[in-house]
Amino acid sequence: MSGLFPLSVTGAATRRRGKRLVGPVDFDWDGQGTQVVLGPNGSGKTTLLRLLHGIARLHEGEISWACGTAAARNAQAFVFQRPVMLRRTVGENLAYPLTLRGVARAEARGLAEGWADRVGLAEMIDRPASVLSGGEQQKLAIARALIVEPELVFLDEPSASLDGRATREIEAILSDAVEGGTRVVLATHDMGQARRLASRVVFMLHGRVHETGPAHRFFDAPETAEARAFLKGDIVE
Amino acid sequence: MVDLWQGLSQAFWLVVTLDAELAEIALRSLSVTLTALALGCVIAMPLAALLAVRRFRWRRSVIAVLNALMGLPPVVVGLVVYVMLSRSGPFGVFGLLFTPTAMIIAQMIVIVPLMASIAHQSLRELWAEYHDLLISMNVTQSQKVRTLLWDARRALLTAALAGFGRGIGEVGAIMIVGGNIDHVTRVLTTAIALETGKGEFALALALGFVLIALTILVNLLIHWLGQTEREGRW
Repeated sequence: MSGLFPLSVTGAATRRRGKRLVGPVDFDWDGQGTQVVLGPNGSGKTTLLRLLHGIARLHEGEISWACGTAAARNAQAFVFQRPVMLRRTVGENLAYPLTLRGVARAEARGLAEGWADRVGLAEMIDRPASVLSGGEQQKLAIARALIVEPELVFLDEPSASLDGRATREIEAILSDAVEGGTRVVLATHDMGQARRLASRVVFMLHGRVHETGPAHRFFDAPETAEARAFLKGDIVE
Repeated sequence: MVDLWQGLSQAFWLVVTLDAELAEIALRSLSVTLTALALGCVIAMPLAALLAVRRFRWRRSVIAVLNALMGLPPVVVGLVVYVMLSRSGPFGVFGLLFTPTAMIIAQMIVIVPLMASIAHQSLRELWAEYHDLLISMNVTQSQKVRTLLWDARRALLTAALAGFGRGIGEVGAIMIVGGNIDHVTRVLTTAIALETGKGEFALALALGFVLIALTILVNLLIHWLGQTEREGRW
């Protein structure tokens, strides 16, 4: 472990074509529990995750990891809403991030087989990843992210458009990872999933952190009218 | 029409009797083009990948020029290579003019822009697909290039085949820098040009049919080796 935490975000903002997409965002995180980023569509959840991971460019403010930005990138992994499959087999997809880090091919293959077994893809290991179903592809993407044992994994709506069974399987994989010491930041608009997984909530609205706090407090007694409306299922704009 | 039939039958006869001269010319055609292709791939494919992943100031202009060079006139290429390799040229000391090496150089110059442009189209699409994933994995520039080249290998095969097709059928440049010297630089296309000039249309057609057959054979072989068009593969 490289010691990512504490994380300090101060006035962080990103723009596209002059328009501010997210920010300014301020919050601190000591790395405890699972952070769930909630908010309506277009509130900036995905962009916040991309900003924290360094995929989106930081135009203003500062994102400060305890171990420094360069080391932080290598201690993190990212799972996208629409899983990106390398044009390779399931096993080769799993082994890819390991080979990038210089792990020997045979060892990488062994670890890939172990992870394929853990996520229920053992029988598919030599098949092209493109032939997997949506749920299987997302499980593969999560396994590929976790295979390098990241200290922190970002997940952008990992179960969007998946059925209940696939969602349950993905949540089980995530719960195992959290028990193993991996920290999770998850963006979702699935309230049920947020209640099941969150230990802290960041509620985003109009590209800003509107409310943040422990999950039980956010769900039981939200402080802002917008958060209350969102939890009730009202349209929040 | 009579010439066509005569050409076909003569081609058949030349092949079944394993005509020594035909074999020599055909093998030289293959060796020149396959060498130019191999060397051209080493330049064109990484160049295409770099143009896909790197952002620099004149990138769009470079791509536009590369696309324009796909239509590079072989005769002009031949002329320029001739001037460069001729005794009074900057590379004259190497004595490469009128050798198969000069023909390989000319063919390479003709096929590299074509292969790089076709490869770039495929790699650009793949890069758009992979961009966020590879950035999130913090890969280095060379790892990006290697990943793209490996994962797009079947699409790159198409680019290479296009290069092979252009190279093996090329006549203008290699005629100028090779000189069409018997037993030294004569290849199928230059032999066809020579026989046509002599009025030996049937023989020229026969050589033409052999050239077409050879091209199809090499394409099929490369497809078979590359395992393209198989179920569940890319």
